[in-house]
Amino acid sequence: MGYQAHLRVWRGDAEGGELRDFTVEANEGEVVLDIIHRLQATQCSDLAVRWNCKAGKCGSCSAEINGRPRLMCMTRMSIFEPDEVITVTPIRTFPVIKDLVTDVSYNYQKAREVPSFSPPKDLQPGEYRMQQQDVNRSQEFRKCIECFLCQNVCHVIRDHEDNKANFAGPRFLMRIAELEMHPLDSLEENTGADRTAVAQSDHGLGFCNITKCCTEVCPENIKITDNALIPMKERVVDRKYDPILRLLPWRKR
Amino acid sequence: MTAGISAPGRPSIRARTLRTDRWWLAPAVTAASLFAFVVYATIRAFWNGAYYAPPYISPFYSPCIATNCVPGSETIYIFGDWWKLSPALIILIFPLGFRLTCYYYRKAYYRSFWASPPACAVSEPHRSYTGERRFPLILQNIHRYFFYFGLIFNVILTYDAVIAFRDADGDWGHAGLGTLVLLVNAALLWLYSLSCHSCRHIVGGRLNHFSRHPVRYRMWTFVSRLNARHMLYAWLSLFWVAFADLYVAMVASGTISDLRFF
Amino acid sequence: MTEFERHAYDVVVIGAGGAGLRAAIEARQRGLRTAVVCKSLFGKAHTVMAEGGIAAAMGNVNARDNWQVHFRDTMRGGKFLNHWRMAELHAKEAPERVWELETYGALFDRTPDGKISQRNFGGHEYPRLAHVGDRTGLELIRTLQQKIVSLQQEDFKETGDYEANLKVFAEFTVTDLLKSDGRIAGAFGYWRESGRFVVFEAPAVVLATGGIGKSFKVTSNSWEYTGDGHALALRAGASLINMEFVQFHPTGMVWPPSVKGILVTESVRGDGGVLRNSEGRRFMFDYIPEVFKDKYADNEAEADRWYTDPDNNRRPPELLPRDEVARAINAEVKAGRGSPHGGVFLDVSSRLSAEEIKRRLPSMYHQFKELADVDITAEPMEVGPTCHYVMGGVEVDPDSAQSRVPGLFAAGEVAGGMHGSNRLGGNSLSDLLVFGRRAGLGAADYVAALGSRPSLSEEDVQAAARLAVLPFEGGDGETQENPYALHGELQQVMNDLVGIIRKGEEMKLALTKLDELKRRAKNVVVEGHRQYNPGWHLALDLRNMLLVSECVAKAALQRTESRGGHTRDDYPQMEADWRRKLLPCTVEDDGITVTEQPQPAMRGDLLDLFEYDELQKYFTPEELESHRARLGKES
Ligand SMILES: Cc1cc2nc3c(=O)[nH]c(=O)nc-3n(C[C@H](O)[C@H](O)[C@H](O)COP(=O)(O)OP(=O)(O)OC[C@H]3O[C@@H](n4cnc5c(N)ncnc54)[C@H](O)[C@@H]3O)c2cc1C
Ligand code: SF4
Ligand code: SF4
Ligand code: FES
Ligand code: FES
Repeated sequence: MGYQAHLRVWRGDAEGGELRDFTVEANEGEVVLDIIHRLQATQCSDLAVRWNCKAGKCGSCSAEINGRPRLMCMTRMSIFEPDEVITVTPIRTFPVIKDLVTDVSYNYQKAREVPSFSPPKDLQPGEYRMQQQDVNRSQEFRKCIECFLCQNVCHVIRDHEDNKANFAGPRFLMRIAELEMHPLDSLEENTGADRTAVAQSDHGLGFCNITKCCTEVCPENIKITDNALIPMKERVVDRKYDPILRLLPWRKR
Repeated sequence: MTAGISAPGRPSIRARTLRTDRWWLAPAVTAASLFAFVVYATIRAFWNGAYYAPPYISPFYSPCIATNCVPGSETIYIFGDWWKLSPALIILIFPLGFRLTCYYYRKAYYRSFWASPPACAVSEPHRSYTGERRFPLILQNIHRYFFYFGLIFNVILTYDAVIAFRDADGDWGHAGLGTLVLLVNAALLWLYSLSCHSCRHIVGGRLNHFSRHPVRYRMWTFVSRLNARHMLYAWLSLFWVAFADLYVAMVASGTISDLRFF
Repeated sequence: MTEFERHAYDVVVIGAGGAGLRAAIEARQRGLRTAVVCKSLFGKAHTVMAEGGIAAAMGNVNARDNWQVHFRDTMRGGKFLNHWRMAELHAKEAPERVWELETYGALFDRTPDGKISQRNFGGHEYPRLAHVGDRTGLELIRTLQQKIVSLQQEDFKETGDYEANLKVFAEFTVTDLLKSDGRIAGAFGYWRESGRFVVFEAPAVVLATGGIGKSFKVTSNSWEYTGDGHALALRAGASLINMEFVQFHPTGMVWPPSVKGILVTESVRGDGGVLRNSEGRRFMFDYIPEVFKDKYADNEAEADRWYTDPDNNRRPPELLPRDEVARAINAEVKAGRGSPHGGVFLDVSSRLSAEEIKRRLPSMYHQFKELADVDITAEPMEVGPTCHYVMGGVEVDPDSAQSRVPGLFAAGEVAGGMHGSNRLGGNSLSDLLVFGRRAGLGAADYVAALGSRPSLSEEDVQAAARLAVLPFEGGDGETQENPYALHGELQQVMNDLVGIIRKGEEMKLALTKLDELKRRAKNVVVEGHRQYNPGWHLALDLRNMLLVSECVAKAALQRTESRGGHTRDDYPQMEADWRRKLLPCTVEDDGITVTEQPQPAMRGDLLDLFEYDELQKYFTPEELESHRARLGKES
């Protein structure tokens, strides 16, 4: 049942590069990553590509396939016509290192700028009690496999390099939401810092215009916009913009 | 353009997008539909006529609060006879503001009218981008107040649907196609408003400990379920409002006559 | 002489999986300047793939659970070949390690009273696995990753530099350990991205490099699992034990071919999934071994009752330890009762509602839907054994995790001893935390006690660099070999000849073939330059795989019995005599030597935790004699 698939793969590095055509065998049930691997094993042994789990769990194999940000290991060949040309490029928001591999250090920097979980001072390990309904929301966000496809597709930085300095991207705004909704996070009690305000002032929540591309591409089907970004925007309104709530003394949630 | 996908260091691919599907279709359809609605709504708002066909009142004109309202359609006169324009103009600002600041419609018009971005992984044609951080877009943050007003309108339009069970003479026990139209209109508006993101936040989303507020948690769960279909309700209610208005207009102008059930 | 990028640290942790990260956290908290290096991006290590859960006797779901029960289960699972002290430390410390994760921000699934929920798993007497749906490994690694970040933030506050005391070197491969005067002095490696060489000067190195599964064709493991740590330890003079024990997980995907081997978590069975053959029979009832007869149900009615009333019924045989289930599936397929694609059927759809399946096993649902077009809420899955875990690894001191080489520590899958001949599901993640922490601690103590720091020999550094660029030079000119093709052959050899069921003759053949491959590997040639070149990376990893595969095959040939993850067709019985013997491998002049070494005897009070009857199944009469004598004395 094998057939010859037409592949167009971007090869190059930071200096430059181009889309090159290849013909590679494809068999039933295979995914794009299999084809890239076959290309590597049979035609260009130095083709650079990241991958680990091949099961959509590690978020290494992000690329753009026919222009759409996807995981290569979860994109089945059967969604394409056998005679279709399949274009595979590196993700286009970050500097390229080589071929399909990009420099995603932006994301690790942003991760470092988000204040970490702050444990409650009065609880010892083993004394934490949380109800399932209270952890559900943050658990959804913790499904994130850090494939950075959402970061890649977000037009705030994809189309405007200069915004990178002031915008953490959907992944890390969602991380703030996760901690903000964590039932035992005590950053505010411990240090007085307010995650919500910081999301707006330091991490660029206001850049997001809720156009939902992050949600569209997330391979974990996390409802990033609906469940993290918009609720965060609403919490910002609570604290910053809502005149009535601002007059009321702040009620503990 | 400030450097986007062509910024130094990024893979040198010139194409604005390599998508091969018809990515432009969705924004085009959205733009066309919103545009059609705006044109229709503008015409009807300035029309200043054919909005009351007892017992039906067009949702564009309800509540009718100016002295120049067609007799019978008015609720209370808040605006005196100095108001010469269409009474619709006084009130439409509220539903307009509600929809304009709605999280879903924002997505829709940012994408389709402003191309920011036109579709995912299709680069946008703007030089710079500041998002919703500055005037005027920072005003989007007042959405929840429009939501509160929206609720008042829902009550009024529900009332309109209820009184559509009276006949033109004010006697209960009537129902016509128009009653049904207004009823559906009210229902869709409720679905739209209750599925609102601000509503979801207000009923429970702002809490961190659902377990301590079981009732609000239940409400939040319910609203969350509606919220997942907010886009659908946004379109259905938009379409239906226009349709309800059209129906009333046609009955009021005598183009068609209302089909009476009982 | 070429100059290389150089860094000095107190400890270099090789590996950023659960074990490596936990070790790094501990070392940094004890005040050591710590480097963590890993082959992939930070947060992508193999641990991320773990699904089912972390075993820890917290007793949240069944209050009868405690460390003694966990200890017993672990020893039984490993057929008493485990290092008793490791199993003891593991059972005792696992709960603390899990609770600690909550203080780092982990969010486990909860019980109705707000505690960490625990689920059933093969070989565990009580529900014991703390979990987050079926993505526990992701939670574990993300939590540790975020803890590292929080430590870096503390350093930033104090010094203005995030990386002052704790730095992650991602996409970096270590190719050699450097020694001086018989002690660790540093490590040598390269940036994968640029191919640039780097020298670490460090008195202590913690190996946390995971397993060896990539030497086998059908495996649940990723490309990282090339046994680097095992090989580094060997070449540095340390010993590996238990290398003959390789765990084949009973349930890997079998179709489509491109995903063959990908894991189907054991939670599927823990949550009610049953195994059937092509005749529709729940065949596991036919494979309950003598030693487990009193713990496992022998009829469907009782097995079904167990899910709701575990205290009064024996557990279903689907939850036998992995080695038993894997062999059973293998036998069914061989007997012609397999599924269309050479596996057996695993079905949860008839036992749980679609809703419940999606809630409890979301990533399994997703995985089958996306990769195989199978809706597990409606149809059974096809599954078969897949190479999953290596019990063997670096021989270490249980308390400090130090190997035979001073300054070299090992923890996690790369360390040996803890799991004996077979690992129980969930015991790895807890192992990572318990011994990762101990390795960090051990390294800290070692460095603190060190008088003078070892200094590197420049010669060794240059030699390491020469070795690393060899594949560009094209061997001695005969036929040139392609690393991908050689790797494929190696996988086939190991799979067919040293796989789940082994025979003396086949293993001898395997050793001949491995010799041949080793010779050919010298002629591997790679194209291109050193910048992000996967062909080159594989060529280097291939050496490690060959060395470690030789270890596995030699040790397996020597052990003439069947036990846990080592099944011999020609010696199908378990021999009490062999329980007392370990087979440490060491390397001499590029060749593996396997010797025999007695297994340390278990402390008396721990032996007392078992029924005498049970011990009889595993221990030799003399061992039992002295045990009885001691018991007699005490009473
Ligand atoms: C699919 C799957 C599911 C599993 N499910 C469970 C489960 O539910 N419960 C359970 O307890 N166990 C489970 N396991 C087993 C468990 O996940 C692993 O044994 C464990 O994660 C190993 O962790 P580790 O810290 O030892 O190494 P890993 O997490 O594998 O990390 C190894 C690290 O070493 C680095 N490294 C390797 N070589 C080098 C080198 N030469 N230079 C630099 N860095 C190097 C790698 O880059 C990586 O960062 C599962 C395993 C698999 C494959
Ligand atoms: S919704 Fe916001 S964060 Fe997500 S892609 Fe759009 S602009 Fe970016
Ligand atoms: S949120 Fe989704 S798209 Fe973004 S990094 Fe995480 S898994 Fe990837
Ligand atoms: S390889 Fe892990 S997500 Fe694709
Ligand atoms: S979000 Fe659409 S109405 Fe509030």
